[in-house]
Amino acid sequence: MSYQWDFSPVLTRWPLLLDGLLNTVKIAAIAIVFGVLVGLVLALLRLSPRRSLRLPAAVFVEFYRNTPPIVHFFWFFYALPVVLNISLDPLVAAVLALSTQSGAFYAEVFRGGIRSIERGQWEGAKALGMTHTQLMRRIVVPQAATRMVAPFVERSFELIKTTALASTLAYGELLYQAMMVNSETFRPLEVYSTVALLYLVLLVSCSALARVAEARLTAYR
Amino acid sequence: MDYAFDFALVVETFPILMRGFLVTLELWLPSLAIGLAAGLVLALARLSRSRLLRGGSLVYIELFRDTPVLIQLIWFYYAFPILIGVQLSPFTAALLGLALNTSAYGAEIFRGGIQSIARGQWEGAKALGMRHADMLRRIILPQVFKLMLPAFTNRAVEVAKMSSLASVLSVHELMYQGRLLSSTYYRPFEILTTVAVVYFVLIYPATFLSMTLERRMAGKG
Amino acid sequence: MQDPIMPVSILPASQVPAPPILQVSGLHKWFGTLHVLQGIDFSVAAGERVAIIGGSGSGKSTFLRCLNFMEMPTSGRIALDGTPLGRASAGKPDEVRYPESELCRVRERVGMVFQQFNLFPHMTVLENAMEGLVTVKRMKKAEARERALRELDKVGLGNKTDVYPGRLSGGQQQRVAIARALAMEPEILLFDEPTSSLDPELVGEVLRVIRQLAEEGRTMLLVTHELGFAYHFATKVIFLADGVFHEVGTPDEVLKHPRQERTRAFLERFTEFSF
Repeated sequence: MSYQWDFSPVLTRWPLLLDGLLNTVKIAAIAIVFGVLVGLVLALLRLSPRRSLRLPAAVFVEFYRNTPPIVHFFWFFYALPVVLNISLDPLVAAVLALSTQSGAFYAEVFRGGIRSIERGQWEGAKALGMTHTQLMRRIVVPQAATRMVAPFVERSFELIKTTALASTLAYGELLYQAMMVNSETFRPLEVYSTVALLYLVLLVSCSALARVAEARLTAYR
Repeated sequence: MDYAFDFALVVETFPILMRGFLVTLELWLPSLAIGLAAGLVLALARLSRSRLLRGGSLVYIELFRDTPVLIQLIWFYYAFPILIGVQLSPFTAALLGLALNTSAYGAEIFRGGIQSIARGQWEGAKALGMRHADMLRRIILPQVFKLMLPAFTNRAVEVAKMSSLASVLSVHELMYQGRLLSSTYYRPFEILTTVAVVYFVLIYPATFLSMTLERRMAGKG
Repeated sequence: MQDPIMPVSILPASQVPAPPILQVSGLHKWFGTLHVLQGIDFSVAAGERVAIIGGSGSGKSTFLRCLNFMEMPTSGRIALDGTPLGRASAGKPDEVRYPESELCRVRERVGMVFQQFNLFPHMTVLENAMEGLVTVKRMKKAEARERALRELDKVGLGNKTDVYPGRLSGGQQQRVAIARALAMEPEILLFDEPTSSLDPELVGEVLRVIRQLAEEGRTMLLVTHELGFAYHFATKVIFLADGVFHEVGTPDEVLKHPRQERTRAFLERFTEFSF
């Protein structure tokens, strides 16, 4: 193998990549916040005793879970503006795509957590005379929350990785910035290796944080 | 909303989308098959006694799981010609990229499956005087395949969604055709919505199968 | 050694017939196509102790669980202090709707102890016993704490207050569950096979607590397989089979001198190894 690796042209353009990294963190953070909100609403709808609320939420969730993310990005950036006769900024379109999509997955995390609480817990609370709201707040949600941590973190990792698709809308996150650097340096292997490494560092440090959080939440076991 | 949905266009362009759909199938199924087969080998390496094999496979798996797929595909697209010295078509590069990614995730499924088999099964086989390879082949793996069927189906869903990223490498699959058509006719809403529906029709049966399998196994206890 | 809880035949039964607290009429329960309770009329008055026995699948747990609406009756009415609960829809007397507030009020007054304890694992023993007082009765923390401690002392767990339930034995967990129910000062206590999921050596400590409650003259309903305990505990025994009361009477009548062939067969199967 005679390939001569040369990282220097890439590394001298580090401000571009740093910009990209910050934008990746920014878009991921915004999308997680909105995704959680969307997910909470969807989960409540899906847990409702009324079919007319459950069904549309289920269709929404299943649609998002069974179509590729890149379709959502393009749909929000190109298709939706045509229908509404507006124009969307790449960041807004990407956040819409990411948060609706991850909302569908978060909803399943929340719903799964709630439904994993044994029937005996619901009955134990009811037998004390608690109302539905009281038993959710005091008994079910606190226990479900600890069980949701791991799948929630997993889903958020997927979301962080999916932010790379915002590059296809020309939003300046890490991958897009890498493409810029590549077009200046013609060093694709070095550029994309560097960027892959940055993602790796980002995700590994997030997972360390997540472990600390999980240990705190499950202290009672 | 007074947007007029142009159905005629959908009908007119549908054959082109179907051509893309076939390419999606050609990407999806082989990369899934190759990836899972390689995943088994990797899982055995992860569980082997050799530190080198264990460490190597761990790094490989984590590299794939902690970086965005899109970057992996782009990286291999550039890397294959440079590292192997063979000019690959975008299709082959995408297929290999998807297969390598799948092997990392598949390895984790196999590993989880093998580790979940009760120790009694190993001991039972050992007591019959079986060699390690025979135990794996005759006793353990058949159980793992069955147990992990929902997880494999789930992976199939993920790979189908990932295959849409090949459009970024200009592989003429479904998403690529959709992007091309929507900019040609400037009717992104009709085209992209149709693309999403086609993906849904392709992917949902696999999701449904995975849920059914999971439920049936849960029922068995 | 003989367990000291057994030889008790002098528990006070109520002498004067008190007005019923809880009254059930025409109770039916269907699970899908399965007719589990097939028309039950029943009432319980203050000071009564009722033991409900029967084979598995006879509907005895379902009956008990209908009394505090852990299961919703398919038809029939339940009355508390003479007032029927729920509202029948016009024209369909079988369709009774129960507002949540009403169910909560009943459950506040009718406590329940479960086979599986159902303690809250994310709360300490003390917090478990305080939970109903603070959340449902809106009692001040200090006051709730005091009452919870008193009940935990009574079940012999005053020294385990800061432990999480996961650290306790089954018998201890069940005693916490009893303290949690007692703290609410219920008028009736329902016990749904409280010793069935316990290891044999832990059964005694729970039965001893229940016996102590009987001595206090509390109103209790007990679904159980412990026929010996039922004999000494109850003022009234009900043998449930195929969703109806097959035989009702004093412990002597039902357990010693059953009139029905079916009851006799059931008792024989149970006492096969006891004597």
